[in-house]
Amino acid sequence: MSEVLEAALRLIVVFAAFLTLPLLVGQLEHKVMAHMQSRMGPMYAGGFHGWAQLVADGVKFAQKEEVVPAAADRTVFRLAPALALIPYFVAMVAIPIGPGLVGRDIDAGIFFVLAVMGVGVIGTLMAGWASANKYSLLGAVRQVSQLMAYELPFVLAAASVAMAAGSLGFTDIVDAWEPWWLIWQLPAAVVFFVAGLAELNRPPFDMPVADAEIIFGPYTEYTGLRFALFLLAEYAGIVLLCFLTSVLFLGGWHGPFVDSWVWTFAKAGVLAFVVVWLRVSYPRMRADQLQKLAWQILIPVALAQLLLTGVVTVAW
Amino acid sequence: MSDRSLLSPTGVDVVFALLGAVAAASALMVVTTRQIVHAALWLVVSLGAVAGCYLVLTAEFVAWMQVLIYLGAVVVLLLFGMMLTRAPIGPSDDLTGTNRLVAFFASVAVTAVLGVLVVDAFGSTMIDVSGEPSSAAVMGEALFRYWVLPFEALSVLLLSALVGAIALSKPDEGA
Repeated sequence: MSEVLEAALRLIVVFAAFLTLPLLVGQLEHKVMAHMQSRMGPMYAGGFHGWAQLVADGVKFAQKEEVVPAAADRTVFRLAPALALIPYFVAMVAIPIGPGLVGRDIDAGIFFVLAVMGVGVIGTLMAGWASANKYSLLGAVRQVSQLMAYELPFVLAAASVAMAAGSLGFTDIVDAWEPWWLIWQLPAAVVFFVAGLAELNRPPFDMPVADAEIIFGPYTEYTGLRFALFLLAEYAGIVLLCFLTSVLFLGGWHGPFVDSWVWTFAKAGVLAFVVVWLRVSYPRMRADQLQKLAWQILIPVALAQLLLTGVVTVAW
Repeated sequence: MSDRSLLSPTGVDVVFALLGAVAAASALMVVTTRQIVHAALWLVVSLGAVAGCYLVLTAEFVAWMQVLIYLGAVVVLLLFGMMLTRAPIGPSDDLTGTNRLVAFFASVAVTAVLGVLVVDAFGSTMIDVSGEPSSAAVMGEALFRYWVLPFEALSVLLLSALVGAIALSKPDEGA
C-alpha cells in the first residue's frame, strides 16, 4: 500500500510543479521582455513590479465567454486544448531534478519524453482544423511542416548524449556526466535547444502563430479558459525543454561544492531566461529560412556529433 | 504460473482485455465514421490503446516506440496530408468506395491468417508479466544479437524507399 501512496504523492508533487512552473516562466517572460524593451506595462497590481498581474490575467481568462464558431466541429474543437496540454504533464513525470527526485524513473526515459511530447502536436492540428477558419488551418499546416523538419535533429542530438552515457535513462545519463561533456557535447546541446525551441513555436520560430500574417494560427478562434490552456501548454513546453536540456547536457544536479536539485533548477532557470532573451532579440524566420536551418545546418551538425560521439565512445 | 486460467483473470488480464476492446472498437470507428478527419483521430485512439497493450505486457520500450512513430509521426503526417488536400468539416457521402466488399473479405482473410498463426505459434505459451518491465538493453540485445539480418534488410528497404521518394519529388530535369 505504501508503494501506491508514494506513487500518488510523487504524482501530486509533479502536478503542483506542472501548475506553478509554467506560470513562473510566464511571469519571467513578461518582466524580462518589459525591461529589455523599456516598456514597463502594468506595474501596479500587487505592488512590486506588478507581480500580481498574472493572477489578474488568469481571472480575466476565467471570466471570458466561451465561444465556439458556428461552423466548427464542436467536439474536436473542445478536446484540442486538453490534447495539447496533457502530454507535457505526462512527460514531466519522467524528468529527474535531483538524485531520486523524479515522478517515475523510466528505463527508456529519453524515448518516453520525446514520444509523449510528439503527441501534443495532434492537439494543435485538431485546433487548427476544427476551428473552420482558414488562418487556423494554415497555422496548423505550418506547424506540422516545421515539426517534421525539427523532430529529426531533436532526436539525433538526444541520441548523441544517450550514446555517450550508454543509457536511455535520465538518472544514468546525469550519473555518467562529466564537466568536459560541456565541450564535446556542445554541438548536440545547441542543436537540441534550437530544435526544441522550433518545436514549441517560440520566436524566432513562431511562423505557425505569426500574428501579422495569420492572426494567431491554430488558436485564432479560441477564447477564455481554452485559450489560456494553449498558452499554458506553451509555457509548460518551455519548462520541459529547459529541464530536459539541463538534465541531458548540463549535468542536472551536478555543480560546484555540492550536488543538489538546486543546480537543476538554476540551470533550467538560466535557460528559460535565454528562451525569453531570444524572443526579444531575433526577428521571425521565413518558411525557407526555417527549412534551410533545419536540413542544411542542424541535421548535418547533429550527424557529425553522432559520429564523433560514436568514435570517442568506442575508442575510449 | 500453470494454475492460471481464463476463469480467474488477474488485474493485468482485465486491463489488457479492456485496452484490446478499445483498440478494436476505435478501429471499427475508423472505417465506419462518415467524417474523414474523425477517422484519423479515431486511429489515434486505436494506436494509443495498442501502445497501452504493449505497456501491460511490460514491453515499455516498444510502447514508447509505438507512440513516437505511430502517434507522433504517422498519424500526424496523415492529418497533414488530409489538411493540405481535402478535409471538410461534417460528414462526407462519398467516403465509401466501390471495393468495400473486396476490402471486407480481404481484411477477414488477413485476420483469419494472422489469428491462426498466432494461436498456433503462441496459443499455449504462458508469459509471466508480473515482473519488472523489460529494459531497452534487453530489447537491443535481442535485436542486434539474434535479429540482425531482418533488421538490416528492413534498413535497406527503408533506404531504397527514401531514395525513391527523393527521385519522385525531384522536378524532371531537361524534360
